[in-house]
Amino acid sequence: MKIKKCDVAVIGSGPGGLAAAIAAKQHGAKNVLLIERDREPGGILLQCIHNGFGVEIFKKDLPGPAYAQHFIHEAQSVGVEFLLDTMVLEITREKRIFASNKSEGMLEIQAKAVILAMGCRERTRAQVRLPGARPAGVYTAGTAQRWVNVEGFMPGKKIVILGSGDIGMIMARRLTFEGAKVERVLEIMPYLSGLMRNYVQCLQDFGIPLQMQHTVKRILGNERVEAIETVAVDDHWQEVRGSEEIIPCDTLLLSVGLIPENELSRQVGIHLDPLTAGPFVDNYFQTESEGFFAAGNVVHVYDLVDWVTGAGLRAGESAALYARDCLPMNKKIAVQRGENVHHVIPHYLDMGSLNQREEQLQMRVTKPLEQPVKVQVMNGTEVIASKALPYARPGEMVTISLKDKHIEPLKNAEQLVVQVVKRED
Amino acid sequence: MNKNRNFDFIIIGGGVIGCILARTLSRYTARILLIEKESDIGSGTSAANTAIVHPGYDAVPGSLKAKLNVAANPMWDDLAGELQFAFSRRGDYVVAVGSDELARLDELLERGKLNGVPGMHIVSAEEMRSREPNINPAVSGAIWATSGGICDPFGVTVAAAENAIMNGVAILRETVFEDFLWSGKQIIGVKTNRGDFTGRWVINAAGLFSDAVMHKAGIHPEFSITPRKGEYFVLDRTEFSVNNVLFPVPSEISKGILVTTTVHGNTILGPNAQNIDDKENKENTQSGMDEVFEGARKLVPNIHSRHIIAIFAGLRAGGNAACLTPGSDYKHDFLIEIPGEVQGFVNLGGIESPGLTAAPAIATYVVALLKDVGEDLHERKDWNPIRPARPQFRHLTHAERDALIKKDERYGRVVCRCENVTEGEIVAEIHSPLPALTYDAIKRRTWLGTGRCQGGFDMPRVTEILARELGVSPLEISKKNGASKFLCRPTKEEGDVE
Repeated sequence: MKIKKCDVAVIGSGPGGLAAAIAAKQHGAKNVLLIERDREPGGILLQCIHNGFGVEIFKKDLPGPAYAQHFIHEAQSVGVEFLLDTMVLEITREKRIFASNKSEGMLEIQAKAVILAMGCRERTRAQVRLPGARPAGVYTAGTAQRWVNVEGFMPGKKIVILGSGDIGMIMARRLTFEGAKVERVLEIMPYLSGLMRNYVQCLQDFGIPLQMQHTVKRILGNERVEAIETVAVDDHWQEVRGSEEIIPCDTLLLSVGLIPENELSRQVGIHLDPLTAGPFVDNYFQTESEGFFAAGNVVHVYDLVDWVTGAGLRAGESAALYARDCLPMNKKIAVQRGENVHHVIPHYLDMGSLNQREEQLQMRVTKPLEQPVKVQVMNGTEVIASKALPYARPGEMVTISLKDKHIEPLKNAEQLVVQVVKRED
Repeated sequence: MNKNRNFDFIIIGGGVIGCILARTLSRYTARILLIEKESDIGSGTSAANTAIVHPGYDAVPGSLKAKLNVAANPMWDDLAGELQFAFSRRGDYVVAVGSDELARLDELLERGKLNGVPGMHIVSAEEMRSREPNINPAVSGAIWATSGGICDPFGVTVAAAENAIMNGVAILRETVFEDFLWSGKQIIGVKTNRGDFTGRWVINAAGLFSDAVMHKAGIHPEFSITPRKGEYFVLDRTEFSVNNVLFPVPSEISKGILVTTTVHGNTILGPNAQNIDDKENKENTQSGMDEVFEGARKLVPNIHSRHIIAIFAGLRAGGNAACLTPGSDYKHDFLIEIPGEVQGFVNLGGIESPGLTAAPAIATYVVALLKDVGEDLHERKDWNPIRPARPQFRHLTHAERDALIKKDERYGRVVCRCENVTEGEIVAEIHSPLPALTYDAIKRRTWLGTGRCQGGFDMPRVTEILARELGVSPLEISKKNGASKFLCRPTKEEGDVE
């Protein structure tokens, strides 16, 4: 078995992994190996041919492959080594990575630091336990996206979409462009799970109906989907009797959530947060297992790729410093979720770095707050930082930054609580 | 093979019963045809069941079910050795919760003794908690039956079919039995959608449809199959698993909702038992899923819905044949006979649980029935009982993987990331003795697409490989048959909207 050694190994070459590999190289890691299971780098961006990428970083509205290509070029120019069409099968606590590919067989990669950038996967039919038969024609939105955008095939002609996730709404528009009829989008919650801009640009502009508080009661058809029976649900998620409707169609797309892909992390024994399904991380994006870092959607699901890139850059820098034995590690302050907050990343702030830069806290709210709100970072009853927002919605990540002036009051803190509360003014 | 239309034996039905019977008969000098109406063998009950090799303590004493279950159980080690499918004789448990159920364990133990089941032991609540840490803490005791096992039920079916083919059996899929060919009272063959085939013997192994087949033969008008649906959950083995096969204390009609490990390492929950009318209805229902989940949590309370990665349902072929033992009033026995009313017909019906377990003994029982009526069966000297398994990447060591990839680079490309199934394995199944021609056929043979993402990642890739290997467009590739194609047209063509 062939053995390779490197300072930093990055698993996954989506936006998080690409950024991490570039930053690791830029911060002095000698050998940076970027391992990708697909034949080309870029991850899921390659099938995201719609625009909307790069608005934060480039102030430009790019399609996914163009956004990816920018970072692929940069990674190549700084000397990141790509290992493509290569599947990581096992990672040990000692940072030995076992992977396979066609040309070299089994490989053992020995790394000083490992960056986990496996992204996320889509929730499936079984996870939302949809009743009915099991015909062809039930696909996750991302699978359909690959078929349409990469392989060049249409998965169906008359389509119902369950879930108002971003990929689902984007596929509603994409399939409409390609001449399919998207009958409607169903959302079990009383609010959108994706971005408002996607609702406007992908559904509203194309006259595709969105039914809130509706779900699939039954899938009909033994061989191929023949129809979907829908039903309304009340505020307690109970079916509203008599609201059932049969919609003839040949395809059901599911856009019912994303789950960070952490099977390899689990193998290593890295602790995962049940709320995010990703590792517990500090502001270096270091997991609770020293020398293992995590970048992007593997930590928690982001709404914008720009944030993923930002997280990757930080993880890559940290991993390079770790590999060079100069990552400043000090006391950690726990960051807890407070009122209306589903989860906050990072889980810990390492005091080792706090004087040096702005630290961003990223969170999702538990429910839509459609009025002026403020995000507050609390140390007990003391407000450390506060930020005003016109509203907060679960589909859109909320952030707040801790700057120089916030650091001094943190010195003696044990834990911080982050909350999003209504603004009275 | 297709040119030959004259056989000694024609078996109707390519489930586990038909395939093991075909393989068993292939050791004799005979021309054998097996016809299967679906696009693949093992598509019915054999593909969707609890995958247990039962010790035989729950079958009604004196029944054919009890006799063949207990006779078949010890045959599985050799069968698994010869056909090289996944099988593990790890014992099973019947777990009592509360004092009422504890008393019922003695009845089961007694029934096991009557049936001649070896290796049954009472296990204390404390011992049970240590053997299965996830068990309901309110467990009051258990029976441990050491002869219980778990297997890959589709794996045994396909392995038996392949071994039969190796020994000269013809297997035709998508071949639908329509009627018998007659010469007076003698059945001399079958009419199918692919024309007529003649056979000296026709064997009914049609499972759920065995009633319709025997009615065509003009016998047992009173016999009927009532499909009994069972729903199941599969759990993510990286999230949660049990170490054992755990039965609840059974009810009168069913062995109850199990929590059991499988040869694939995933824990499965189920089945419930619901009598239905439609033999094609394998729908999951809200009430059925709720029942299974609640039932499973009675044995293992800390199962969580987020552990679920797959749902499915299967149909048991529940029959109404009376037990022939004098004095018995049991009405749901296996029916296995060479009937007197017609000639040239071997009739099997009502082969429900423990049908999978009993399959090897059912096959030898049929051979004995044939010999009893004077059929001259000569053992072949060149019969080869060994069906070599093909490499499964995920079960190999890193060194074995390396060697395999060096021999065939396609084993270096992982197509299914959850189960680590490689392109090499997929291609091998497409070109196997009983070629896998659909996505489901590949899934059942390789276990690809059964993990956390449920095929979301591999489906487009498998479609591409199938199309390439079969030399067709990806538009022709289907989930299970021609009516279940994945894709409808290329993009960049005129739309479907008026």
